[in-house]
Amino acid sequence: MIKQKGMLYDVTLCIGCGSCYNACKEQNKLPETNKDFLKDHLSDKTYTVVEQYGDHYSRKNCMHCQEPACVSVCPVGAFTKTSLGPVLYDANKCIGCRYCMQACPHKVPRYEWSNLNPRVRKCILCYDRLKKGLPTACSEACPTGATMFGDLDDLRIEAKKRLKENPNTYYQRIYGLEEAGGSNVLVISPVPFEQLGFVSNLPKQALPKLTAQAMEKIPGVVGVGAAFLTGMYWLTKRKNEVAKEEKHNKTGSVNNEK
Amino acid sequence: MRNNFLKFTFWKVVGVIIIVAGLVSTYIRFTKGLGATTNLSDAFPWGIWIGFDMLCGVGLAAGGFTLCAVTHIFNIEKFKPLTRPAILTAFLGYVLAICGLMFDLGRPWDIWHAIIMWNPHSVMFEVAWCVMLYTTVLFLEFSPIILERFKLAKLLKIMKLVAIPIMMLGILLSTLHQSSLGSLYLIIPEKMHPLWYSPLLPVYFYLSAISAGFAMVIFESYLSARAFNHGLKINLLSTCGLISFIFILVNFVLKIVYLIVSGKLQYLMVPSSTTYLFYLEILLGTIVPSFFLSSKKFRENKKYLYFSSLFIIAGFLLNRMNVSVTALAAMTTATYFPSVYEISVTLMLCTAGMWAFKFLSANFPVFEEEEKSDLVIVPNSKPLTLSELK
Repeated sequence: MIKQKGMLYDVTLCIGCGSCYNACKEQNKLPETNKDFLKDHLSDKTYTVVEQYGDHYSRKNCMHCQEPACVSVCPVGAFTKTSLGPVLYDANKCIGCRYCMQACPHKVPRYEWSNLNPRVRKCILCYDRLKKGLPTACSEACPTGATMFGDLDDLRIEAKKRLKENPNTYYQRIYGLEEAGGSNVLVISPVPFEQLGFVSNLPKQALPKLTAQAMEKIPGVVGVGAAFLTGMYWLTKRKNEVAKEEKHNKTGSVNNEK
Repeated sequence: MRNNFLKFTFWKVVGVIIIVAGLVSTYIRFTKGLGATTNLSDAFPWGIWIGFDMLCGVGLAAGGFTLCAVTHIFNIEKFKPLTRPAILTAFLGYVLAICGLMFDLGRPWDIWHAIIMWNPHSVMFEVAWCVMLYTTVLFLEFSPIILERFKLAKLLKIMKLVAIPIMMLGILLSTLHQSSLGSLYLIIPEKMHPLWYSPLLPVYFYLSAISAGFAMVIFESYLSARAFNHGLKINLLSTCGLISFIFILVNFVLKIVYLIVSGKLQYLMVPSSTTYLFYLEILLGTIVPSFFLSSKKFRENKKYLYFSSLFIIAGFLLNRMNVSVTALAAMTTATYFPSVYEISVTLMLCTAGMWAFKFLSANFPVFEEEEKSDLVIVPNSKPLTLSELK
C-alpha cells in the first residue's frame, strides 16, 4: 500500500535561515521576488515563505489537505489529491474561475494576474521528487530539521511525541491534524497558531462536506419538483376545462369541444 | 420606431458613451490581462463581474421561470401578457451574465472544458451546466416569438408540442442554479461574516431571486408601458407585488429565525459598517417594500407599486453585493473596490441589455399575447398588439 507523505514543521526549531525558501525557488525555477526573503509573501512566483512574528518564525505553503476544498470546488477537476499526498493542479484543464482561491481555507492558491493565459500557482509538495522516493526540496535543505519530511502516519506520531515530552515548550495542539479535516502538512509551535498568522477559526470537519450536504438534496428536489409541477399542471388544466364547460352550460351556448 | 433611430436624446448619448468606454475596457482586459484591469487580488479573487454580473444578473432574471410556472404550469392564464417580457428579460439576463463571465474567467477560451471535464462534487460545475441548459431553454421559450414574427407556422407547431416539458425543465433548472449560486459560498464558513453565512444560503438565494424576479416584472412593465405607451395591467402587477412580498417575508423570517437559533443575534449589536450594511439591506429590501406591498391601497397604485419594486431590486442587489464582497471583506485585511474597467464593462453589459430589450420588444411580438385561442377563458384581459405601437 502506498503510504501518504507529509511534512512536519516545528516552529521551535526554525532559525529563519531561508534555506527552504531558496530551495523551493530553485526546485521550481522561480525568479527572485524580494531581496529580503522574510519580507516576501506567497505569490505566483513564491510557493513558500518564512515569516517573522516576534521571536518566532512561521513557514507557510500549501497544507495539502486530506479532503481539499480546491479539489472539491474545481468545476473541471483541474485539482487532484494524489495517493502520495500532494494536491496537484493541471493548468491544461483550468478555465480560470478562481473558485479554488475563494474556497481554500488556508488562503494558499495564487494567480498569475499579469499573465494573459493565467495559471493558479502553489506548492505541489515536490511531487516529481516524491515519485522518485526523494524528500521535498525544502525539507532536504532545512539545516535544523524544523521541516521534517516523512510518512504522514509517522509524522503524526512524532508530533504527538514532541508535544507530550515537552509540555512546557509546545502549545498543546497540532495544527493540521483536524483543521478543515486535517492535512498532510502539520505544524507544532510554542505559541497559539493565530499568533503566527495561521487561520485559527477553521471548523474540524472537512469543508467539502458543507457543500455535499446541499448537493445531495438535488435529486430529491428534482424528483419532488418534477412530480409537483406535473401534478399542478394536470390539476389546474383540468380545473380550467371544468370551469369552461360549466360556463358554456350556464350560458346555454353548448359548443362542441374540439 | 425606426424613424426615431437616429434621433439623439440625452440617454442615447449617455448609452453610446458607456458602450464606447466598455469596448475600450474590453480591449484592455484582453490585451493586458486581469491584473492590469481589475482590482482583484489573491486575497480577493472574485469581484463585481461575479458578484454583480453573475449573481445579480441571474437572480434578476428569475421572473422568467416564475411567470412560466404561473401561466403554463399553474395555468393562471390571465398572467400571460406578462410572461413574454419576463422570458425576454431572463434570456437577456443570462446572456449578459455569461458575457460577464467571459471577462472574469482567466481562460475564457477554455470554458467548453466544463462540458467534457466533469467534477460533479463542484457547485460551480452544477451552476455551469444549469446555466448552459437553462439559457438554451430560455432561447427555446423565446423562439415562438421569433417564429410568430416570421410566420413560421410549422416550427411553431412543433414548439407548442414540446412547450410544457421544456418549461418544466426550465423551472427545475432555475430552482437548482438559483439556489446553487448561494451554495457556492457554503464552503467558506470561516471567510464570510456570520450575519450572512448560513447553511440556508441556497434557500435565501432561491427565495430572494423569486421576489426580485417578480419585482423586475413590475419594474419593466411600468417602464415599457411608459416607453411604448401601452396600458399597464395594474391588477396583474399588484398580484406580482403581493407574491413578491410573501417571498420577501418568508425569506426574512427564515433569516431571523436562523440568527436566533444559531446564536448570532449579538452580531446585530456590533457597531460597524458591516452591521449597518446588513441593516440597510433589510431596510431597502424588506421593510420599505413590505410597508407598501402589505397594503392593498398602495399595492394597487402604480406609482407606489413601481417604487416598491425599485426598493426590492435595490435590496436584492445590495444583498448579493454584501454576500459576494462586503461579508468577505469584513473577515480579512484585504480590501476590494471595483476598478473603472470593471465598472465600465458592467455598465456596458447593462446598457446593451436594455437596448436589446427595447429593440426586441419593439420589433417582435413581445408585448403581444400568444394566439388568442388560448385565451378564451379570460375575456377581460385585452391583448396588446404591436399595431397599436406603430
